Amino acid sequence: MNRGVDLRRYFGFFPMTLLCLFILYAPLIIVTVYSLNDSRSITSWEGISLRWYAEIFTGPESEKFRKAAWNSLTIAVMAATTATIIATAAAIGMIRGGSFRGKSASFALISLPIMVPEIVTAVATLIFFSAIGFKLGTLSILVAHIVFCIPFAYMPINARLQGIDASYEEAAHDLYASRWQIFWHVMMPIMSPGIISGFLLAFIISLDDFIITNFVKGAGVETLPTAIFGSVKQGIKPNIMALSTLLLLLSILLVTASYFVGQRREKPVPTNQKPETEA
Amino acid sequence: MSETAIQLESVRKDFGDFTALSEVSFEISDNEFFTLLGPSGCGKTTLLRLIAGFLNTTGGTIRLFGEEIEALPPNKRPINTVFQNYALFPHMTVRDNIGFGLSMLGWSRSDVATRVDEMVSMVKLDQFAERRPSQLSGGQQQRVALARAMAPKPKVLLLDEPLSALDLKLRQEMRLELKRLQNETGITFIFVTHDQEEALSMSDRIAVMSAGKVQQIGSAVDIYEFPENRFVAGFIGETNLIEAEVIDASADALTCQLVNGAVLTARSLHEITKGQKGWVSIRPERMTLSKTKPKGNSLSGTLTGATYLGTDNQYAVGLTDDLSLNVRHQNRTSVGAAMTTGEPVHISIADNAARFLVD
Ligand SMILES: Nc1ncnc2c1ncn2[C@@H]1O[C@H](COP(=O)(O)OP(=O)(O)OP(=O)(O)O)[C@@H](O)[C@H]1O
Ligand SMILES: [Mg+2]
Repeated sequence: MNRGVDLRRYFGFFPMTLLCLFILYAPLIIVTVYSLNDSRSITSWEGISLRWYAEIFTGPESEKFRKAAWNSLTIAVMAATTATIIATAAAIGMIRGGSFRGKSASFALISLPIMVPEIVTAVATLIFFSAIGFKLGTLSILVAHIVFCIPFAYMPINARLQGIDASYEEAAHDLYASRWQIFWHVMMPIMSPGIISGFLLAFIISLDDFIITNFVKGAGVETLPTAIFGSVKQGIKPNIMALSTLLLLLSILLVTASYFVGQRREKPVPTNQKPETEA
Repeated sequence: MSETAIQLESVRKDFGDFTALSEVSFEISDNEFFTLLGPSGCGKTTLLRLIAGFLNTTGGTIRLFGEEIEALPPNKRPINTVFQNYALFPHMTVRDNIGFGLSMLGWSRSDVATRVDEMVSMVKLDQFAERRPSQLSGGQQQRVALARAMAPKPKVLLLDEPLSALDLKLRQEMRLELKRLQNETGITFIFVTHDQEEALSMSDRIAVMSAGKVQQIGSAVDIYEFPENRFVAGFIGETNLIEAEVIDASADALTCQLVNGAVLTARSLHEITKGQKGWVSIRPERMTLSKTKPKGNSLSGTLTGATYLGTDNQYAVGLTDDLSLNVRHQNRTSVGAAMTTGEPVHISIADNAARFLVD
């Protein structure tokens, strides 16, 4: 290690780290802790209870949340699945398709949506939908989600595929596999950690999206984030904290799962280095 | 004479405006152990990939048992490859790797299992059959790669430097193993290497390649004893090359005058006429040093260096200021040991050891 660039030597590194971690996690911890508060007020502590969790499922807003959760879930599953399929095809085309004109431009186009401010995408999508006369509703949310999930699914799949030596495909082709068999028996299994990561990432992004959804959802259609927002506008109640905590747990679960999927799979056998030419 | 397995006719391969192979023509007969030998970048891998079908030829034809195969993709050619990096499928066990080609060919499950068992014991991997490639040593992976490529009983097996990733001991073991497998299966082997010892010890015939062209094809003895040109003479083993001109071509052996004025008799593979300029090639181990002038082909000079190499002693003999020869004595006698540098010495050249090369 080059000691000259060791960040830890800089003055204030440690307090700065603590501050960042605090800003990142304190709100989450507060929400989680207060979701267990017995009190109706969100500021005073009155002991532990699960009443707000029960409230989500049985309270006056439970019907609305149930519907919204169902919408969110189905949209996330369908959007993530479709986006993952498209992203897989795109990655194979980009990496294994040889070189073609506009290859780097294509790559930029695929990844650009991640960097465009979401509000811009939201407005643009809405304008586009109304221009072509697409009726706003569940379907419009789904289409918008598929589109913005593609780059998120693409990144891990692309990274995985880049690490896979082309000789696996050649070996399979040599051993009498057709193009389709190569994909199914060799590429898919080796790429699967990337594909699963891509799917989970797209799933979380879709489940969690608020801005674009809020623009393109029709009247009366809610997903969980828009339902929560609607509810919060009438004042923050502890049941929202409970609901947020549940969503947080789901995200942690999925991210952990995606991590372990990546760990468990065999990595490709490192290709052997050729020794120097000997006399 | 057995059937011709592979026939190449003026095969050429260009990458853009770079010509990787040109005028490659030869035939490989069935059951032959044929080796492509040449320095890095001479086009060995390219030639194998043309035969396997991963590349298309720019010109010429490739025939497999008389049939043109240019239009067939790799999965339609009854030819299998052992890849240099093995390319074993990381998500499959040894068994599944070996059975892959058979399954793709549509063999039934039980037939695949029987054949895989056969192959597993043939390459002595019985204890490892259920392991993944990442749980095997390099040598074991190598065996799996061999078994996988041989399981479908290809008509020709292509091996691209299969031993280059192994250590010396294992490499020597695998040479014998490869010969055994070839004998047992009767499959035609096309073996690529840049290691001349490997080529000499295993091959029925060797094609020496350089810069995209085949320089010479022949048995190990042919190419070592009668190299076609300076490249082959220098690439296979060591040699001394001395510029020379033929001054008499009437007898069986050519009489050549060397640059230093000395006269030698040498042989050539070709019809040579008087006045032809070229080089005389003499292997270091085909010469002996002596203090008295010997009979027959000989040269004289000054001993300028002696190096002890264990099995051999190597001597440098200066004929003129800028012409020096390497001479090797096997370390059986102490003849050479008695010589001291700076002394005048005579070099006796074994009968029939000098070769005249045109280019
Ligand atoms: N796809 C390609 N595009 C352009 N040039 C190539 C390509 N493949 C090979 N070459 C060139 O063709 C020449 C022969 O390459 P090849 O891989 O056949 O050499 P080789 O004899 O197998 O060498 P080595 O012993 O190092 O494996 C090299 O100069 C290489 O740079
Ligand atoms: Mg090569």
